Amino acid sequence: MTRTRLFRSRSSEEKEEEEEQHYSKHNITTSTGMRVIVPLQGVVQGRGGLFLGSVIPCALFYFFQLYLKRHRSQPNPPPPQPPPENSGGQLAEVSVSVLPRSLSRVHLSPRSPGGPAYVSGRANSIVKGGDSPHDVGLRKALEDPYHQSGNPDGVIQLGLADNKLSLDLVGEWLAKNAIFGEELSIGGIASYQPFDGLMELKVAVAGFMSQVMKKSVFFNPSQIILTAGATPAIEMLSFCLADTGNAFLVPTPYYPCFDRDVKWRTGVEIIPVPCRSADNFSLSLTALDRAFNQAKKRGTKVRGIIISNPSNPMGSLLDRETLYRLLDFAREKNIHIVSNELFAGSTHGNEEFVSMAEIIDLEDLDRNRVHIVYGLSKDLSLPGFRVGIIYSFNDNVLAAAKKLTRFSSISALSQRLLVFMLSDSNFIQQFIEINRERLRRMYIKFVAGLKQLGIECIKSHGGFYCWADMRGYIPSYSEKGELELWDKLLNMAKVNVTPGSCCHCIEPGWFRFCFTTLTEKDIPVVMDRIRKITETCKSHS
Amino acid sequence: MAIEIEQHSVGLSKVAVSETHGEDSPYFAGWKAYDENPYDELNNPSGVIQLGLAENQVSFDLLEAFLETHSEASSWGKGASGFRENALFQDYHGLLSFRKAMASFMEQIRGGRAKFDPERVVLTAGATAANELLTFILADPGDALLVPTPYYPAFDRDLRWRTGVKIVPIHCDSSNNFQITPQVLEAAYSEAEAMNIKVRGVLIANPSNPLGATIQRSVLEEIFDFVTRKNIHLVSDEIYSGSVFSSSEFISIAEILEARQYKNSERVHIVYSLSKDLGLPGFRVGTIYSYNDKVVTTARRMSSFTLISSQTQHLLASMLSNKEFTENYIKTNRERLRKRYNMIIEGLRSAGIECLKGNAGLFCWMNLSPLLEKPTREGELALWNSMLHEVKLNISPGSSCHCSEPGWFRVCFANMSEQTLEVALKRIHNFMEKERELESKARLVKDF
Repeated sequence: MTRTRLFRSRSSEEKEEEEEQHYSKHNITTSTGMRVIVPLQGVVQGRGGLFLGSVIPCALFYFFQLYLKRHRSQPNPPPPQPPPENSGGQLAEVSVSVLPRSLSRVHLSPRSPGGPAYVSGRANSIVKGGDSPHDVGLRKALEDPYHQSGNPDGVIQLGLADNKLSLDLVGEWLAKNAIFGEELSIGGIASYQPFDGLMELKVAVAGFMSQVMKKSVFFNPSQIILTAGATPAIEMLSFCLADTGNAFLVPTPYYPCFDRDVKWRTGVEIIPVPCRSADNFSLSLTALDRAFNQAKKRGTKVRGIIISNPSNPMGSLLDRETLYRLLDFAREKNIHIVSNELFAGSTHGNEEFVSMAEIIDLEDLDRNRVHIVYGLSKDLSLPGFRVGIIYSFNDNVLAAAKKLTRFSSISALSQRLLVFMLSDSNFIQQFIEINRERLRRMYIKFVAGLKQLGIECIKSHGGFYCWADMRGYIPSYSEKGELELWDKLLNMAKVNVTPGSCCHCIEPGWFRFCFTTLTEKDIPVVMDRIRKITETCKSHS
Repeated sequence: MAIEIEQHSVGLSKVAVSETHGEDSPYFAGWKAYDENPYDELNNPSGVIQLGLAENQVSFDLLEAFLETHSEASSWGKGASGFRENALFQDYHGLLSFRKAMASFMEQIRGGRAKFDPERVVLTAGATAANELLTFILADPGDALLVPTPYYPAFDRDLRWRTGVKIVPIHCDSSNNFQITPQVLEAAYSEAEAMNIKVRGVLIANPSNPLGATIQRSVLEEIFDFVTRKNIHLVSDEIYSGSVFSSSEFISIAEILEARQYKNSERVHIVYSLSKDLGLPGFRVGTIYSYNDKVVTTARRMSSFTLISSQTQHLLASMLSNKEFTENYIKTNRERLRKRYNMIIEGLRSAGIECLKGNAGLFCWMNLSPLLEKPTREGELALWNSMLHEVKLNISPGSSCHCSEPGWFRVCFANMSEQTLEVALKRIHNFMEKERELESKARLVKDF
C-alpha cells in the first residue's frame, strides 16, 4: 500500500487572512513596498492642505513601517490553527506558505530537563502541522483496507494515484527476465555511477518518452537528468529557477503535493491562478496575466509557470494553441515554463496529447525557458523504483540540476533493470496500448457509475482521476461543507476521495476520485457506498 | 548546425549559479584527470591511478557469491503479488523488513554493544542526502554547524549548498594526532559567536574521513558533554563503522548514550550508509538514525525527496537479515582492509613516507610535508600537481579537506586490485628516490 504525501489545506477565510498577513509582512520587510494613503482632504485645510494631507500620513506611515521593521527582528509566522473538534475529528489547518524564520522552541521532552535541542524553522512548521484530509484518508485506508472477500467493509482507496491496472504485464515480464544473469549481474552497478543517471537509461527513457507520446517528439538523451522520482525533480527545478521569496504561478486546482515539492525547503512561493467550473476549469491566460501583475505590484518576483498536462486532478489536456499562447506569455514576461507531463502516457480519450517539447521542437525560440518533468511512476506503474526526469533545453539548468542529483540518485540496480525493460520495445509498445485501453474502460465505467448517482464529472482525457461535481451534496457552499461531505464519505461510506480544497480549488464541492486502484468488480461496490451518502446528503437549495 | 544559445536571458536562482558546489577544487580536478586517463593494467599501464576515491572493492566477491546462491533476493518471491507490492511501494517509512535488517546490521557492526530500533531508522538515497536532510532540519539559513578539520571535502557542498547553513571549522592539528579537544571545540564555538553566527550542532565523522582513525571513547564523551552544555545537536557520521580493522576499536556514540541511559540523547543523530562498508555506493542507500522523535518524523517526511528504490530495499533486506552472511562479511571485510592497510603503510614507509596511525576506513592520511618546497597551501598544491601529472597518482590534498597544516594527503587503498596498489607504491617509491637524489644534488651544489 502506498502512502503519504504531505500537504496542507485551509479554509478560504483563513487563506485570505493568511494572504493578507503575508502581503503585509512583505510590505514591511521590503523597503520599496509602501502603501498608498488616500490624502486626508477633510482634515487638513488651507493651501498646502491637499499636499500635506497626503504627505504627512504617508510620512507617518513610512516611519511607522520603518519603526516596525527595525523592532521586529524576524517576521512572525502566522499562528497555527488549533485542530477543530468535530465528529470526524482531526483537521488542523496550518498555513505553511511562508516558512517561518523565527523559531519557536520544540516542546520539552521528558528526557531533557535542561531544555530541548533546537530544531529549524522548516522542521517546526512541518512538525506543528496537523493532518490534512489527504493524510487522514490515507491512514484510514491503510489501517482498514478494503478486500473483496477478506475485508468487504474496509475503506476503499480512491485518493491515491496508483495505476494497478496493468501491473500484471510488468510483473510477468520481470518474472521471465529479471534473473541475475549476465545482463543483470551486480558487477559494474555497485560502484559510484553518474549521479544524474546511467547514459543507457537516459537513452532508454528518451525512447520511452517518445513512444509514449506517440512518436510526436524526439527526446535527446543528453538533455535528460534522471533523479529519484518526479518529486525531487520538481523541487530541483524550484531551486534552480527561483530564489527564496520568488514565486511560481500555478493554475488551480493543482496536485496537492506541489506545496511541498515547490515550497518547503526552497522558500519559493506558489501563486495560485484560479480556474473555474464555468470554463470547465480550463486555463485562462487573462487570469494568468492578472495574477502576474498582482504579484508584481506586491513586489513578488514571478519566475515561472508550472502547468500539468495532462492535468491533475482534472485530467484535461492543453491544446496546441494554448501551449503557444503560454509560451508567448512566458516570453513576454521573461519567465520559465515547467511542464509536468507525468501522465502523458496515460491518456485514454480521443484528444491528442501535445508535449511542450513538441511546441519547442517546431520553433527554436525560447528553448531556454522550457523544462519538462516526467517519470515512470504513473505511465509504467513503478513508483517504488523512484525514476523521475527533468528534460530541459537550458544548458545552465541542466548543469545545475545535474549537480543537485547527488542528493536524489536512482539506485543503479533499478536503473540497470529498467534499461533492460525499456529496451524491449515490443513489450513497451504492447504495454502502452493495453494500459491505455484498460484506463479508458475503467474511466468510462467509473464515470457512468457516478452519473447514475447524479454526479457529473469534467470530461477527462488522461490520468487516473475523475473530477466530480458534488456541489449538490455538500451541506453548505463552503470548504467546511465540502470537508463534512469528505468526512462522511471516508468514515461512513469508507471511501477515500480527495476534496477539492486539498487541490486549492476555489469552488467548494469538487472531489477527485482515483479509479486506477480498482478492478471492474469493485465499481458497483464503490457506487453503492457513495449512493448511501448522496441519498442522505442532497442539499435543499 | 550550431544553435546559438542565449546565456542568462532567463534568470536562474542564486543556488543554481553559486560556486558553493566546490567543483573547481583540486579534489575534483584530480578525478577529472583520472576519468580522462584511467589506469588499466593491460590497456593503459601509464594511466592515472585513482587513489582519491574512497570505494571498497575488496570484498565484492562475497556479495556476488551471495546473490548467485540466493535467487529469492533478486526475484520477488511470491511471484506476481510480491513484485506488485514492491513496485508500488513508495511509503517513506521504507520496507519494515529492510529497516529491521539495517538496524540489526548496525548492531552487528558494533558487536552488539548498542541497540537500534527499526522505528528510528529513516531511509535516504545515500549518506549525502542524509547529511543534507539533517542540516535542513537542524539549522536555518545563516546558522552554522561546527565540523572538525580535516573533513570530507564534499561537506562544503552537502551541508551548505541548498541549506544556506555555514560550516565553522574546529581546527585540529598533528600535535595530538588531529584529535578533537574541549579547547578546540570551545574555540570554534567562540569564533562563531564572534561572527554573530548561531551554532546549531557539531558534526563529526567517526571513523574519520580523511584521517582513517576512530575517535576515542574519552573524546566522544567530551564532545557529547560539550553539545549538551551548549544545548546543540550532535550528528555522528558513522559510515565507516564497518570498516574498522579491529572490531574492538570502534566506539559508536550509540554506546556512549546507552551507557548514560539515553539521558540528553534527543540531540544525537547518526548517519549511516552501505556505500563504504558494503561497497555498494551505486545502490544509494543511506540512513538517519535519530534519538529525537520530531527529527525522525520530519526526516521521514523530507525523505520523500530522496527515497531508496523499493527493489533495492527488498534485495538488501534479504541480504542483511541473513546473519550468517553478515557476520562472515563483516569479519572478512575487516581482515582484508587491515591487510591492505598494512600493505600500503609498509610500502609508504619503505619509501620514506610516514602516515598518521590509522585503524579504520578505506584510506590513510599521509604526511608529505617534508617534501614541500614551501610549507604553504601553494606548496602543497604544487606537490599534488606533480603527483597527479608526473607520477600519475590521484591523491587528495589536505587543503581540500581544510587541513590547517599543509603537506598532508589522503590516499585510498580499497578501490583497486593488489597489483594496482603495488604499481602505485612502486611509482611513489621511484618518485621519492628521485626527490632524494634531487635533494642531495642540491645540497652538494650548496656545499660548493
